[in-house]
Amino acid sequence: MVSTTLTIQNEQGFHVRPAQLFVEKAGQYDAVIKVKNAAGDEADGKSMLELMTLGLAKGAEVTLEADGPDSEQALRELTELIESKFGEG
Amino acid sequence: MGTEHVIRGIGVSPGIRIGRAMVYAPGAGTEAESEASGEVNSEAELALLQQARQQSEAQLLELAERTRETLGEEQAGILSGQAKFLADPAFYPPMEKKIREEGASAQAAVRAVVEHTAGRFEALNNAYMQERAADIRDLGQRLLTHLSGEGGGMRLSDIKDEVILVAHDLAPSDTVQLNKQYVLAFVTRAGGKTSHTALLARSLGIAAVVGAGEQTAAIADGDWLIVDGAEGVCIIRPEETTLAQYRQRQEVSEHEERELEAYRSRPAASQDGVAVEMAANIGTVQEAEAAAERQAEGIGLYRTEFLFMDAKRLPTEEEQAEAYCTVARQMAGKPVIIRTLDIGGDKALPYLQLPKEENPFLGYRAIRIGLDRKELLLTQLRAILRASSEGRLKIMFPMISGLAEWRQAKALYEQARTELEAEGVAIAAPAELEVGIMVEIPSAALQADRLAREVDFFSIGTNDLVQYTLAVDRMNEHVAYLYDYFHPAVLQLIHRVIEAAHHAGKWAGMCGGMAGDPLAAPLLLGLGLDEWSMDSGAIARIKQVLSQLDSTECRKLAEELLELDTPDEVRAALSQLMTTSNEQIQQQ
Repeated sequence: MVSTTLTIQNEQGFHVRPAQLFVEKAGQYDAVIKVKNAAGDEADGKSMLELMTLGLAKGAEVTLEADGPDSEQALRELTELIESKFGEG
Repeated sequence: MGTEHVIRGIGVSPGIRIGRAMVYAPGAGTEAESEASGEVNSEAELALLQQARQQSEAQLLELAERTRETLGEEQAGILSGQAKFLADPAFYPPMEKKIREEGASAQAAVRAVVEHTAGRFEALNNAYMQERAADIRDLGQRLLTHLSGEGGGMRLSDIKDEVILVAHDLAPSDTVQLNKQYVLAFVTRAGGKTSHTALLARSLGIAAVVGAGEQTAAIADGDWLIVDGAEGVCIIRPEETTLAQYRQRQEVSEHEERELEAYRSRPAASQDGVAVEMAANIGTVQEAEAAAERQAEGIGLYRTEFLFMDAKRLPTEEEQAEAYCTVARQMAGKPVIIRTLDIGGDKALPYLQLPKEENPFLGYRAIRIGLDRKELLLTQLRAILRASSEGRLKIMFPMISGLAEWRQAKALYEQARTELEAEGVAIAAPAELEVGIMVEIPSAALQADRLAREVDFFSIGTNDLVQYTLAVDRMNEHVAYLYDYFHPAVLQLIHRVIEAAHHAGKWAGMCGGMAGDPLAAPLLLGLGLDEWSMDSGAIARIKQVLSQLDSTECRKLAEELLELDTPDEVRAALSQLMTTSNEQIQQQ
């Protein structure tokens, strides 16, 4: 299993659109993806509903965990997505 | 058949309509069914759930497609987003699990998971997320509708009989689907006077009563109903005598409507030939269609905030430009005044996360936000300019309190113009695009003479002007009686603004509720108001009243009214005049 911790930087946090982009990306990998907020609540990285209800706003700390054959690449791509502020510009 | 029963709500769109009820309650009637089922066949329930899911998904995607064409990408996104939730591992699989492991019925499984999920959204400390609970419940209702098998394929746009629609609430995307040929009226349990749906009903000409509360549950499919959209009354299963009474009233009002019809295509002018411009207030592209149909001579107020309020994030310059272009084309060369974003006060934008204020109407709103967050206003001004080659657009800044704000706003407009010219974008020449202000703060009215030297036009926003001049919150029931645009102090401000405009060779309009009030027409004509902007439904009536008035007499009358002491005296004088003029109409 690989994991990393980073900060949400986009204005909207995990609103519908960012959550959708995240889930679409996560769904491309076989690895099991977990997303945790600072309080330790855990969400399935392939579920928009769970991601949105983590309450991740701008500035929130988030931990990504990936477990599976393609976990390294999954983690890299998902990190990039968050760091690119989901293309919000 | 029960007995006659009267329920009251808020009348948001006038008209008397008599017809049979169609209860639009997706998912209703399933309660008894699931309670009655003792033994549950899990395999059968799973199959039912699967089928309901497929039907819901197909329906959502089709609806999203149609919505994309009529209402645009943002509205469509809400629907396709719901389709995505259907496939979510935290939504559908838990339902299957409930059926398999707990022996739940499909309905019970849907309800449990929907409530659990909606509850999680509601528990979040964020208004935007809390509102998503409504999306989840909406989706749950859709599943339940298909499960119940009744009205499963029911689409509002498919209604082909004359009915009065009864619903818990109608989303704007429901309302635009209504075919006004068949839907005579609608009555909803929830909703308020200023909701988007209420505005749409008015512009579509569908009589409507909203906020009728729990009592709407007493209405059954097929019940005879009388709806009085002006009074906010709905009569369930009326007695013969009541029906006869309302049929007569309906005839009178239909007769009046037919008479008004004749005024639609006539230019707006007084009996002695003084012409004024009759324009419509709109908030959406659909309303522009209705305004064009009703022969509005322009759009006097395009409230752009709906474009922002319906979205999940700030609409981009391109998205805004597209909406402005559509309205400009719809009006085919007639003037369209676009008011820049007027949020704050009672209009929130969840994604901007504006702070809660003690005194929102005196706080961070409208142009104050635009001048503070310049990129917001600049983007909007660029979008308007981009659309300016498609028609006759004008720009209006809201909530200007004095010259400094006006000059800052104007400078941003110049900046947007310079930027676009440098980028080689085709935009209307400066002389072809008027830039003006809304006069709704007393300080602006008092400085109207100075402002008039710099602006191209004024448009008087009476709703806020009255509230700020008389220090009355009209939503506060304890003081609402003080809210009156016939207050002589308000009249003096209006007089001052019109005079100042004319003195500087500019024009003055009005886009508040007063412009659409027949009682105010003689006064406004007398004061020399050039442009009158109102709900498009009121235009024909105001044209009719105008055609009976003599401008010289009205000018004298206005001078007299300005000298009166109280609003009641002004009203009394106007009412007396109107009675005389109505008698004249009837004699013709």
